[in-house]
Amino acid sequence: MGNKQTIFTDEQLDAYQDCTFFTRKEILRLHGRYHELAPHLVPMDYTTDPDCKVPLALIVTMPELNVKKKQSLYTENPFRNRIVESFSEDGMGNLSFNEFVDMFSVLSEMAPRELKAIYAFKIYDFNVDNYLCKEDLEKTLNRLTKEELTPEEVELVCQKAIEEADLDGDNKLSFADFENMITRAPDFLSTFHIRI
Amino acid sequence: MASITVKVQEERGHVIHAQSQLDAQETGEEDEVSVSQEEYERERHRGKRRSGDGERKKRRKRASRAGEREEESHARPERREKSRRRRRRARDDEGDGDGEGEADERNAKGKKKQGSAKKGEKEQDAEKLAVEEKPQELKKKKQKKKVVETSSEQETSEVEDNQKEDNDETEVRPESLSPEELETLEEAVDERKKLIQGLRGKPWTMKKKLLTLRESQEFVDKYEGALGKGKGRKLYAYKVMMGKKWMKFQRDFENFKTACIPWEMKIKEIESHFGSSVASYFIFLRWMYGINLILFSLTFGLVMVPEALMGRPYGSIPRKTVPRAEGSSAMDFAVLWDFGGYAQYSVLFYGYYNNQRAIGWLKFRLPLSYFLVGVGTVAYSYMVVIRTMARNANESGVGDDNSFNFSWKMFTSWDYLIGNPETADNKFASITTSFKEAILEEQESQKDDNIHLTRFLRVLANFLVLCCLAGSGYLIYFVVRRSQKFALDGLDTHSWWERNEVNMVMSLLGMFCPMLFDVISALENYHPRVALQWQLGRIFALFLGNLYTFIIALMDEINLKREEEQIIKFNITIWEAHFYNGTVSENSTAPPITIQPADVPRGPCWETMVGQEFVRLIISDTMTTYITLLIGDFLRAVLVRFLNYCWCWDLEAGFPSYSEFDVSGNVLGLIFNQGMIWMGAFYAPCLPALNVLRLHVSMYLQCWAVMCCNVPQERVFKASGSNNFYMAMLLVILFLSTLPAIYTIVTIPPSFDCGPFSGKNRMFDVIQETLESDFPAWIGKVFSYASNPGLVLPFILLMVLAIYYLQSTSKSYKEANVELKRKLQTQNEENKKKNKQAALKAQMDLEEARQAASHTAERQRNNNASVEDQEGWEEKQGSSHRLSHGRNGRNPHPPVRDQLPATSACLSRTHHHSKHGAPGYLPGLPRQSEPRMCRVPSLQRH
Repeated sequence: MGNKQTIFTDEQLDAYQDCTFFTRKEILRLHGRYHELAPHLVPMDYTTDPDCKVPLALIVTMPELNVKKKQSLYTENPFRNRIVESFSEDGMGNLSFNEFVDMFSVLSEMAPRELKAIYAFKIYDFNVDNYLCKEDLEKTLNRLTKEELTPEEVELVCQKAIEEADLDGDNKLSFADFENMITRAPDFLSTFHIRI
Repeated sequence: MASITVKVQEERGHVIHAQSQLDAQETGEEDEVSVSQEEYERERHRGKRRSGDGERKKRRKRASRAGEREEESHARPERREKSRRRRRRARDDEGDGDGEGEADERNAKGKKKQGSAKKGEKEQDAEKLAVEEKPQELKKKKQKKKVVETSSEQETSEVEDNQKEDNDETEVRPESLSPEELETLEEAVDERKKLIQGLRGKPWTMKKKLLTLRESQEFVDKYEGALGKGKGRKLYAYKVMMGKKWMKFQRDFENFKTACIPWEMKIKEIESHFGSSVASYFIFLRWMYGINLILFSLTFGLVMVPEALMGRPYGSIPRKTVPRAEGSSAMDFAVLWDFGGYAQYSVLFYGYYNNQRAIGWLKFRLPLSYFLVGVGTVAYSYMVVIRTMARNANESGVGDDNSFNFSWKMFTSWDYLIGNPETADNKFASITTSFKEAILEEQESQKDDNIHLTRFLRVLANFLVLCCLAGSGYLIYFVVRRSQKFALDGLDTHSWWERNEVNMVMSLLGMFCPMLFDVISALENYHPRVALQWQLGRIFALFLGNLYTFIIALMDEINLKREEEQIIKFNITIWEAHFYNGTVSENSTAPPITIQPADVPRGPCWETMVGQEFVRLIISDTMTTYITLLIGDFLRAVLVRFLNYCWCWDLEAGFPSYSEFDVSGNVLGLIFNQGMIWMGAFYAPCLPALNVLRLHVSMYLQCWAVMCCNVPQERVFKASGSNNFYMAMLLVILFLSTLPAIYTIVTIPPSFDCGPFSGKNRMFDVIQETLESDFPAWIGKVFSYASNPGLVLPFILLMVLAIYYLQSTSKSYKEANVELKRKLQTQNEENKKKNKQAALKAQMDLEEARQAASHTAERQRNNNASVEDQEGWEEKQGSSHRLSHGRNGRNPHPPVRDQLPATSACLSRTHHHSKHGAPGYLPGLPRQSEPRMCRVPSLQRH
């Protein structure tokens, strides 16, 4: 533990444990991962709360978010950019360590459904307008299927999805609609998490 | 939380009114403060508005304090009067400082964007100065009140200081607090504590969380001590301290616990390569391992170790000695491998245990312990399985209706765990197909071309499967019968195959029949998910049939052994009589020293035989699993990989290819293995230990095999709900496997010369014996009454009634649910129609309003949110100004009271969004539908 202790003070670790769903060890591991991403940017010593951010392009190279893209460009988590963007404060995808921890805390197994739903909504809300409109759904669908559906099919699926979940009839999904739908989904909890 | 805060504030208001004699004085004080602030505010309005917020605060602090002192030089009563007047005037004339903030806050409820940055500027009231965080604010009030109550008026400056110095004054005098205040304080502290507890579930940014955490911790630290009075105070402090210690311990324990969970990283790696369904197998395996570990520690600690340590040593009595006839070969490996010889006469099996009531200096009641451990194993397993099932059922929610088919597919089908390109590719493909299928289903409800052919094929498939099942059942029965014949002949005369026929046949059947089923199910043309279920069901039936055939055959054998036992028993009496040379009355003074225990004739001991059968079964099962793994997976992978260089077609892509990991088959294997453990554990206490070993090795072996020689499944299934499916199967198996075990325990008398229950009529007599001899008489009486059919029957009846009642209520709930859902749907339909028009209209209004809103707001939204835009602030202030006017005109407040709602509103705002995220509104995201809304970022976020 000797050299690990210098990364964070005990108080910091306690605070992180209070604020996330991680244990002390996992936080240290997270820091290791974070450090790995940009060894020249991220200091090893976090006791003084340094202000540094790792850009999106580096974050998405994490194997958790990104599938090795040696073979083809498409094999990757279709939403990785969205995930990172929705957790970054500046909206550009640059993550500080705090946000980094936050991201994996929400995506951890322990996070409650409501919390996950909030961030899932953000992730699927491509044009950050607080509604899942048709364009968002189309984008989601195209990313999910690698654009293998015909435009008519995409249109139909989006229409159906909106019809199913839209409660207030404004032809787009508000967060309430989304939450109502997602909280009943049997697979949501089991699939919307990333182990780190 | 907002409501709580408001309540607190109101309460505080009551307190103020209740304290009549202090009221006037206090009002004066407060007015004074606020007046000085207002003065200062006017000054400040002219001046530096552009400066940073923190700076401003500091300056304000200083300036206000200065103003305060200045004012203090005035005569007091006069000042009070004046201040009150001025206060009112200020309110009426200005309507700016206070009222604006208030109205603004009313508007802002639930809108976080109206941050405290703006607030800091607008709310110039002294009270609200440092109000960024509710705790501080509450605290300050507390302090002020306390000071007002305890000391005289000349402490105003101190009050001011208290407020400004951010709670540096820790000295809190509990005696001076009234019970109501204490209550309020306690509530506040509790609230903070709750906040700390629930912080991790808040959708805030980490920075804000950390800030809130620190502040609330400070608050709690400071004011916890103030709670509790006089005598109770020390106790309270002690309690608080212990609470803290306990929390710390809990956290450490939690850390320790997660550190103790084995194979976390291994499973994680597999998860990222193969998706959650393959990982779910390994998680299941780990869970099973845990259970077996507990079963093992039970049997090991309470049965095996006591007997080995405190029981009579090996060779002291016949049941603990290898018979003379077998003595020469007892150490041979072949015999030991078969669990004969020394292995048979050891603590591993039932027969070794002595029926001595209490052993060793501990007077350990071994037979009782043996019985209770047997019962406890089963009871514990039931408990764990059912509890896990219930928890899983809770977690998975009630999402069985199909109303969100497409949305679910869209939003939950991606498995975020996948981190392997091939798996991801497969996942993409499977998602695409599932969408296409759904679209087809949607477009044409049912295409019934060739329905007759499909039907015919399905019937044919089921017929074939039934044939397989019947055939395998007969084969096992036949084999077991044959093996009994061999056993009667004596094992030595037969080849290895003939001796191990039963286990081998069972294992081979378990290996090849599923493949056969797989081929057959290709006929049926089911949807893959349905096909998987059929497949699972068939394998289940096969295993179950095999197991029960085996048990029935075993029962036959038990009966045979018991007949044999009768004969031997008779022979033994003759032998004894012969040995004692006609002395009919055996006298104890002449111990039979001359007889070696190995020479004493003994019964066949059917219990040990059953235990041996199960152990052999487990061993051969394990071996088959491992060998299949090595040959089927590893060898195949190696061949495919290296022969591919010199082969005429592409082996990797073509026919043999690499194998997939068969989740369902493996899970079923695990479940049946566990079933055998449960069944045989009573007669062979070593079984849980064996199983622990097996699972441990499996974990490593299979992890390795999966990572090195399997490819991800082509159809990546979600692990959804499958967990409970496995659990349900496990429960069925548990029930079915305890059935025969309990049957043998209850109905068949134990062997006369081996095992802990020898000499008793039934195994459970040990309970009665203990009750009679170890407990006072009345307990035995109570038990005999309790086991009276007259009591048991009504009890069972009651349970049945309770089950019936619960079931009918759950049914009615379900119906009500369906009814409500239907209502909701019809209402939705109506709403949709209504809202469509309303939405259209609202859209128009919105557009207008948006245009009316200045372009700066627009700019701010697009801008990076961390830059504070002063222009936008001014614009917004103007708008809220208007608003506040309207509100104040309607609803004027008395000077003192009106501060409270304002503060409460502003308090609530800071935390409001966390919990009651108003529907349709997301934290951290700008909301466009509110034209009046300003997009100044809140303090907490930056």
